[in-house]
Amino acid sequence: MAFARSRQALAIAGVLGLALGATACGTGNDKGSDKTGSAECSQYEKYKGNDGKKVTIYSSIREIEADRLDQSWKEFEDCTGINIDHEGSAEFEAQLPVRVDGGNAPDIAFIPQPGLLKRFADAGKLKEAGADTKAMAEQNYSPDWLKYSTVDGKFYGAPLGSNVKSFVWYSPKTFQEKGWKVPETWDDLIKLSDEIAGSGTKPWCAGIESGDATGWPATDWIEDVLLRTAGPEVYDQWTTHGIPFNDPKVAEAVDRAGTILKNEKYVNGGFGGVKSIATTSFQEAGTPITTGKCALHRQASFYANQWPEGTKVAEDGDVFAFYFPAIDPAQGKPVLGGGEFVAAFADRPEVQAVQTYLASGEYANSRAKIGDWVSANKKLDLNNVPNPVDKLSVGILQDPKTVFRFDGSDLMPAAVGAGTFWKGMVDWINGKDTATVLQGIESSWPK
Amino acid sequence: MEFDWAGETPKFLMLMYGLIAFVAVVGGLLLLLDVVPAWFARRQEAQLVAASTSGTPLPRRRKPREGLFALFFLLPTLLLLMIGLVVPAIRTTLLSVMNRDGSSWVGLDNYGWMFSEDSIIQVLTNTLTWVILVPLVATAFGLIYAVLVDKARFEAVAKSLIFLPMAISFVGAAIIWKFVYAYRGEGDQIGLLNQIAVSLGGQPKQWLLESPLNTFLLIVIMIWIQAGFAMVVLSAAIKAIPADIIEAARLDGTTPWQMFWRITMPSIRPALIVVVVTLSIATLKVFDIVRTATNGNYDTSVIANEMYNQAFRYQETGRGSALAVFLFVLVLPLVIFQIRNLRQQREG
Repeated sequence: MAFARSRQALAIAGVLGLALGATACGTGNDKGSDKTGSAECSQYEKYKGNDGKKVTIYSSIREIEADRLDQSWKEFEDCTGINIDHEGSAEFEAQLPVRVDGGNAPDIAFIPQPGLLKRFADAGKLKEAGADTKAMAEQNYSPDWLKYSTVDGKFYGAPLGSNVKSFVWYSPKTFQEKGWKVPETWDDLIKLSDEIAGSGTKPWCAGIESGDATGWPATDWIEDVLLRTAGPEVYDQWTTHGIPFNDPKVAEAVDRAGTILKNEKYVNGGFGGVKSIATTSFQEAGTPITTGKCALHRQASFYANQWPEGTKVAEDGDVFAFYFPAIDPAQGKPVLGGGEFVAAFADRPEVQAVQTYLASGEYANSRAKIGDWVSANKKLDLNNVPNPVDKLSVGILQDPKTVFRFDGSDLMPAAVGAGTFWKGMVDWINGKDTATVLQGIESSWPK
Repeated sequence: MEFDWAGETPKFLMLMYGLIAFVAVVGGLLLLLDVVPAWFARRQEAQLVAASTSGTPLPRRRKPREGLFALFFLLPTLLLLMIGLVVPAIRTTLLSVMNRDGSSWVGLDNYGWMFSEDSIIQVLTNTLTWVILVPLVATAFGLIYAVLVDKARFEAVAKSLIFLPMAISFVGAAIIWKFVYAYRGEGDQIGLLNQIAVSLGGQPKQWLLESPLNTFLLIVIMIWIQAGFAMVVLSAAIKAIPADIIEAARLDGTTPWQMFWRITMPSIRPALIVVVVTLSIATLKVFDIVRTATNGNYDTSVIANEMYNQAFRYQETGRGSALAVFLFVLVLPLVIFQIRNLRQQREG
């Protein structure tokens, strides 16, 4: 009996083997170079010579966004014959170190945390970007951006997509009905908040619940305010631990943010009191704006995708965003944002070709045309950006007056930036005082 | 959207490889299990035949061959245990005395950190609260329920009701209870608990934000799931009490109270121990409920959750490993106790 069973198993194995053979035959790479001679391929001339090579990319970009990525470099693949194999993972931050340490690193990773990039660079796992990539990146991105992928003088890759976090979402319709004006200074913002609070509506809504990343929206608040009160130099010292985490300047910024976030008169429109911020998910935090229960919601450009179906996101629509005003005019126009960097774990010519191409203006425009994408690439043509919020973001990023700073929690060691800072903010919203919270985070900074 | 078969080919290939590897391993094992014993049997048969024809006495060295035979069957298990358990355990222990990326030795610093950091001490006290309350309350509840419904009219239905939550995963249960504890500042409450509070004239509360109440509320979830397990095992044990003992007790005129303490309890003692120990081990390792309901925020974290956070989110491998080792040390005596207990039972 047992023998018959194992024979059956062998038969199954055999059948599966045949099936595999058949599929393998069906997948012969027919992305050949039949198009390579055509006119649209002329712009890819400099990436030629790697026909039939494969480059693997690992990122946190999934589903429809991943499809758009595939679409954006399709022409590049067709013309150069390089096959880009992109894999997106929801567990990117946890899995990338596992893959790299396990000797199974992708050729390229889109790393959204400069802190993580630095960790791989320090460990000697990353390959320095090629000269072509470096030249292309310097041409297309401001030094503000490039310093985040430069570790100890070595450049590891250009930025790709970006987002602008210094936005306040509002309803242009409601503002027009009530005669409110979009504030351009901090004082106007507070005046407007008081006016709205006086009319019986809580002006601000916020939410920091985000599963295992709960707390991050509040860290963005603090960073945005610190950048405005203390300026970019102090901000840089703070993110690199040049000054203690609980420096008086930081405490001042946290308290300033608290004048809105911990003000029972101001928050939390549509949800309840201050403490409801801790349990409101960041996805639904801004939605009371559409029902008039709240008027202002500070959140990044990517919040455009969170509005309920049928909400028109435009300057004359149901919702739109304005720039989170500066506090001290002497500090210029500070902008907080994020983005991912194209870092490579291999330096084969085809990998460098892909790295260079992704830093180019051609790529930025190709990707932008597909929609829902922002980049700080200087060659990006505003006319190629279809959606109004993205257009606003790109405009801010390209503005020469803009002083750009990267999201601080992504720059800090993970134990702080993805750990105690998030948790500390949850405690802060939940009633703990500023000094205790900042002291706790400071003591957790890895020595 | 159209599904791109050609584009997804690598994934299907991967799936195919996986299936083939599975078939190869399982098929290979089946084959070995079939062929090798058959070979041994044939050899023995041949020896017997040879012995009977030649008239010489049977060879007497059967013990070592049996040992070899046992080793053959144990080998795959030993190998897998080695790869999956022994090696990682040793590596984790080593990592726990190293720094965050395992590049230098730090001695017992990680353990020192564990017992000096306020937030970790909070984690340890929370775990202690869990491990005291869950086994006790779940077992007590299960026992009382089992005794009460024993031989009652709707016993099967009543037992199913308590047992049903066992079928729900910890994550699912945590989400269900998150809704029970949900809070809305304005408008109608969507959470059961707050709705009850409001209809009794109270104020809605953010239940999961208030420490230490929130830890107890999370413990309720675990009890809700595990009481069914305790009830089923204990109910079976109660039914296994020999009828003559009960009859003799009845004839001697015991009260129900005496019956419970003098007859039922001593008879189901082994089952009771199994339930308490199993629940204690499960509770020490609890992770899913805390992670889903609060993610360890608001002072509700437990060891397993903190271990995951330190090791995989904060990249503090040393600290995470130290927590893992500590958890292992806590579970170990319970496992040993359980094994000894089972062995005693078998011998007795």
